[in-house]
This record gives sequence, C-alpha cells and structure tokens, in this order.
Amino acid sequence: MSPTIKPAIVSDLGHAVGPARAPRDAALAIHGLTVSYSEKPAVFSVDAAFSTGEISAIVGPNGAGKSTLLKAALGVIPRLSGEVYVFGDTLRNARARIGYVPQSASVDWDFPTTVLDVVQMGLYRKLGLLGRLSGQGRAQALECLDRVGLADFANRQIGQISGGQRQRVFLARALAQDADLLLLDEPFAGVDAATERAIIGVLKLLRKDGKTVVAVHHDLATIRDYFDRILLVNVRRIAEGPVATTFTTENLQATFGGRLATTHLSELAIMDDGH
Amino acid sequence: MSLFVEAFFLQAGYNATLVAIGAGVLGFAAGASGTFPFLRKRALISDAVAHATLPGIGLAFILMVTFGGDGRSLLGLIAGSALTAWTGLLLIEWISRRTRLTEDAAIGAILGTFFGAGIVFLTVIQGMSAGRQAGLEGFLLGSTAGMLFQDALLIAVGGSLAVLVTWLMRRPMTIVAFDSDYAMTLGYDVRRIDLLMMGLVLSVTVIGLKLVGLILIVAMLIIPAVAARFWTDRSTKMIWIAGCIGGASGYLGAVLSASAPAMPTGPIIVLVAAGIFVFSLLFAPDRGVLVTLFRHRGFQARVHRRQGLLALAAHHPIREAYTLRLLTREGLVRPDGVPTDAGRAQAAKIARDERRWDVAREIYQDTGLTGRYDGLTPIEDVFTADEIAELDHQLGPPVTARTE
Ligand SMILES: Nc1ncnc2c1ncn2[C@@H]1O[C@H](COP(=O)(O)OP(=O)(O)O)[C@@H](O)[C@H]1O
Ligand SMILES: [Mg+2]
Repeated sequence: MSPTIKPAIVSDLGHAVGPARAPRDAALAIHGLTVSYSEKPAVFSVDAAFSTGEISAIVGPNGAGKSTLLKAALGVIPRLSGEVYVFGDTLRNARARIGYVPQSASVDWDFPTTVLDVVQMGLYRKLGLLGRLSGQGRAQALECLDRVGLADFANRQIGQISGGQRQRVFLARALAQDADLLLLDEPFAGVDAATERAIIGVLKLLRKDGKTVVAVHHDLATIRDYFDRILLVNVRRIAEGPVATTFTTENLQATFGGRLATTHLSELAIMDDGH
Repeated sequence: MSLFVEAFFLQAGYNATLVAIGAGVLGFAAGASGTFPFLRKRALISDAVAHATLPGIGLAFILMVTFGGDGRSLLGLIAGSALTAWTGLLLIEWISRRTRLTEDAAIGAILGTFFGAGIVFLTVIQGMSAGRQAGLEGFLLGSTAGMLFQDALLIAVGGSLAVLVTWLMRRPMTIVAFDSDYAMTLGYDVRRIDLLMMGLVLSVTVIGLKLVGLILIVAMLIIPAVAARFWTDRSTKMIWIAGCIGGASGYLGAVLSASAPAMPTGPIIVLVAAGIFVFSLLFAPDRGVLVTLFRHRGFQARVHRRQGLLALAAHHPIREAYTLRLLTREGLVRPDGVPTDAGRAQAAKIARDERRWDVAREIYQDTGLTGRYDGLTPIEDVFTADEIAELDHQLGPPVTARTE
C-alpha cells in the first residue's frame, strides 16, 4: 500500500461522476461548496446532487468533512462559497421541507425534557409562537415514536434510555417534521444491530413515500444493501453516482488512500465481483 | 414574632407593604426569567451582565447632574445601567466568538473591568457636591429605605413583561437550550434567541437594582431555577415552579427583614431562596438526596431478593440471613430455606429472563446495552414488548420447569 496517496489533493477521477453542474431540481443540489474552520478548507468546492426519492450515502474517512458538508448545506455553519438548492428553491424558502438527525447529538442528557417532548420539537416551527400543542400534535408525535418502536418510552426523561434508543428519538423528531428531505449524520454509529434494522426499515418506507434520504455512512459492508446513490468525499468530491457503478475499489482507494486496509479493499473487491 | 405576623399579613406599614409586594413580584419574575439562562448554562454571563450595570449607573448620574438635572432620576439610571450592561454582554459575545479567548475568560475580563470602572465612577461621585446624598451605593446590595410607589410599579410592569416574554418564547428557548444546532436547522436565529435570554436577565436586573442590588440579583435569577429542577422533568413546568420559588423567597425575605431591625432585604431574600434550594435538594421526590438514600436501601433489598431467587432457580441454598429473611417475609421460601410454590414460580420467571438476556446480549452488541445487563434491571425496562417478543422467538417455546 503506497502511503503517499493524499486523497485531499486527488481531483475528480473523470469517470462515474455526475454532471459538473447538478440539476437544480434535485432534492438537494450543492454547487461549489467550500467551508473552513481555519485557513485549511474542511470541504473544498464540492458539487453534489441528491435525486428525489432515493437513499443516498455520503462516504469518506474520518475528518473528511462529511458532517461539515451536511451542516453547511443546512446553514448551521456558514459557507465560504457555493450555493445550495433544496427542491430547486433557496435554503431559506425550503427550510420547512428538511429534517436533520445530528451525529450522536451532543446534548445535555439531564435536560428537563421527556422523550415525547423532544419528538414534539419537530412540530414547533409549524406551531409558531402562539400555537397550542393540540391533542392531534401529541398523537402525531406519538405515532412517530411508534414508527421507530419507542412508543413505550414516551414519558421517560430523555437521559433515561440507551444510546441506540436516543438515536431513534432524534430520528422520530425529524419524522415529526414531516420533511421531504431527510439528512442524517451517521445514524448507525454506535447502535446495535436491532436498532440499525429498525432505522433502515424506516428509511426505506420513507423512500416508498417519495421522500429523499441522505445519510453519512461509515460501514462499507452495508452500502450496497442500503443505498441507491453514493457520494465519496475527502475534502473534495472524489466521485458521485449510482452505487452500482460508483462504489468501486478504485474510487474507494482514491477516497481512503492508505487509510483503508488492503484486506478490507480486497473484501469489497470480492463483493464487487459477486454483484 | 408578632412583628413577623404583622409584616406577613401586610400590616407593618406602607413602606413594608410596598417592599413585600415588590420583592414577591420581582422574585417571581426573576425565577421565571432565569429558567432558560440556567438551562442554557448562562449563569456566569448573567452575573457579568448584572455587574456591568454599575458604570452605567455612575455615568448616568454624572451626566444628569452635569446637565443640571436631579441625578437620582430612576429612568435615567435605568437607561444608563441597561446601556453598559448590554455593551458588556455584546463584548463578551464578540470576544468569545471572534478571538481565541474562551468564554469564561471573556466573562472574567468584562465583569472585572466594568465593575471596577463602576466603583471608580461611584468614588468620583462621592467627591461631587451633588453626590454626597446620592445613595448610589444602595444599588450594590439594594435597599428598601427609599422604596416608592413608582418603584413598585416599575417592578410590576417590567416583571410581568419579562414573564410574558419567557412564556411566549418558551419553545424556541427550550430548543436552543437543549440542541442549538437542531434549532438552527429549523430556521431559528440562535444568536438572537440567546440575546433575548440575556435581555430578560438584563431587564430583571435593572428593575431589581434598587431592591436587591446588582451583586445578588444573579442569585435570584438562578437559585429558583436550580431548586425547581428538583421538582420536574419538564422545562415549561420549571418556569412556573421557579417563579413560585422566587416569588415566595422575595415575599418571605422581605417580611423577615421587615420584622427585625436593620436586616438587609436583598441578602435575606437570597438566603430564603437558598433555604428552599436546600429543602429541594434534600426532600424532592425522585431527585432529592433523602429519596436517593431510601432508594439505595430499597435497592439493596432488591439485590438480595434477586440473588435469592436466582439461587432458588439454580437449586442452590440461600446463605445470607438477610436474603432469607426478605424472601420468608414475602412468603417465597419457608424459614428452613425450602421454596414455596410462589417462590418456585418467581424463580422460573427469573430463569427465563436470564435466558432472554443471553440472547439479547448476543444480538444487541451495543455498548449502551451491555451496561444494563446488571442482573437487576427488569428486562421489560430495557426492551420494548416487540423486542422481547423477538427474543422469545429466537429462544423458542418456554422450557417447562425442571423437575427433580
Ligand atoms: N467546530 C470545529 N472547529 C474547528 N474544526 C472543526 C470543527 N468541526 C470539524 N472540524 C474539522 O473539520 C474537519 C472535518 O470535520 P467533520 O466534518 O466533522 O468530518 P467527518 O464528519 O467527515 O468526520 C476535521 O479536520 C475537523 O477536525
Ligand atoms: Mg462526522
């Protein structure tokens, strides 16, 4: 394994990538997005388009800027340059159509709020300042909790549940928003197999309803099972396209460089042949 | 004592009545408005904001006297104090956002600088001919001597507004305090909501300046919220509980200080609030220290009971006398250690749960879960009914109790 590959400066490989200018009517279209926390870009001039009604993965090594990309697309952190379109509209106008599930949220778990309260936060924007949380809103939140299998835990204080369950609560909160585009940051990190199955089940149901899902994902072994499209990033966009044609050993090598163990690569290569 | 009763029923004279009502309303407003700054972990900034009112008081006085007015005009002093407090707040925010300094360093620097400047102004004013009777030192720790009807009115109007705004903004403030990134994705302007929280702190501070003083006002904002946290797991309920704790402290504190000569009102109010906090700490259900203690005793009993039943399930003798006593008292074993029918049934259920756990630990290799396989936590508390059904499915039909 050549240790000298520096994925950060590998440019587009010129194959299996999407069009240079993503179509404006994609669920989420990103043009030339650059974000940096200091003098070094965390994300540099990334183009990407996530089509409506598909489940897409964002894949890259640790520190590749995946979370940064999502947060900048959501306007949580400012972008240095670039444009973001959501369903062909500006972020500001389409805000209500986006749901976000943060990476194992770093919140205060002793906060005075119950599981159901947290899910209801997804309804706050629609309620406005003066709106009352009707029985209907409560029922809606409970139904979202039920979809992730946590209806029994509605009245627990938010810290009184396990790690995988917390992740599902945040998914339920995004579901309550009834968003058309769902952005999830490593929804499967640190959760058990049952939770992973529950979450992917919910995501596939969303796809059936025509919703769009974009998830940062780290487990290369499940990419083919879970996702339709993939965006490989490492500060810059390495490749983007349908999983079948884009999830190749070559692209992975370019994305992960020396950081991906040879054995891991050959395993995936075998999977390549198998498909 | 009779003085206390008189004061409590507002029979101790006009001034004492004004002070008691004013302190009660101020306490309620402070407790309610302090809830979200506390939950957002902004207690220290609140303290800095309060201290940053002092130079404004001094400057406003000097300006008003220079232009030939009465330096003690309450509106002028309030405007001045609000102005420098707001400046201090923006400076702290700017320093921690734009420089490499951390927020606590910024807080320390601004609090010290502004308070120091304020003391310098007060000293200058002492030397002015108009300044000798100004009584501005009263703003440091508060005083009740010169309480006027208009002061009480200011507290009533300003306090009600602060509570109203807190109530209206409870949802945005809850989201921002709990998960500010998520709030941003919903389109909330987090910076503005943070400024609003501090605006509430600032309003309560300036209306409470005269009665409680700027040094202790932060205690009235934060202590009721800290105490209220012991009584509820809902942030909206906390607003009202903190308000009531603050209101009771204000009223009781004012009454107490009126019933003994030369007792400082502000500090007494804070001590009453601290008393309520200690009471909550000790006696609150669920989170209180005593309940925790009893719970520990109960927990110990549960451990012994469970170990006893596990021993029965495994057909082992029960060795510890305490365990045997517990199980005998429940009618699960006879005094000689032989299990009754009820005991055998319980032991069978426990044995099944143990096997469920074995399966669960195999399929959920989750760090959050392994910690919960503690021998005691009922499996129904950890898994949903569906999940348990899944476990049973993997486990196969219940094995009939082993017979000898
Ligand atoms: N709040 C922050 N301040 C400064 N640097 C950050 C911050 N968040 C992330 N970074 C840096 O930006 C880069 C990308 O981080 P991130 O987007 O979290 O990567 P990923 O999610 O792909 O693991 C990393 O080098 C990380 O150290
Ligand atoms: Mg990340």
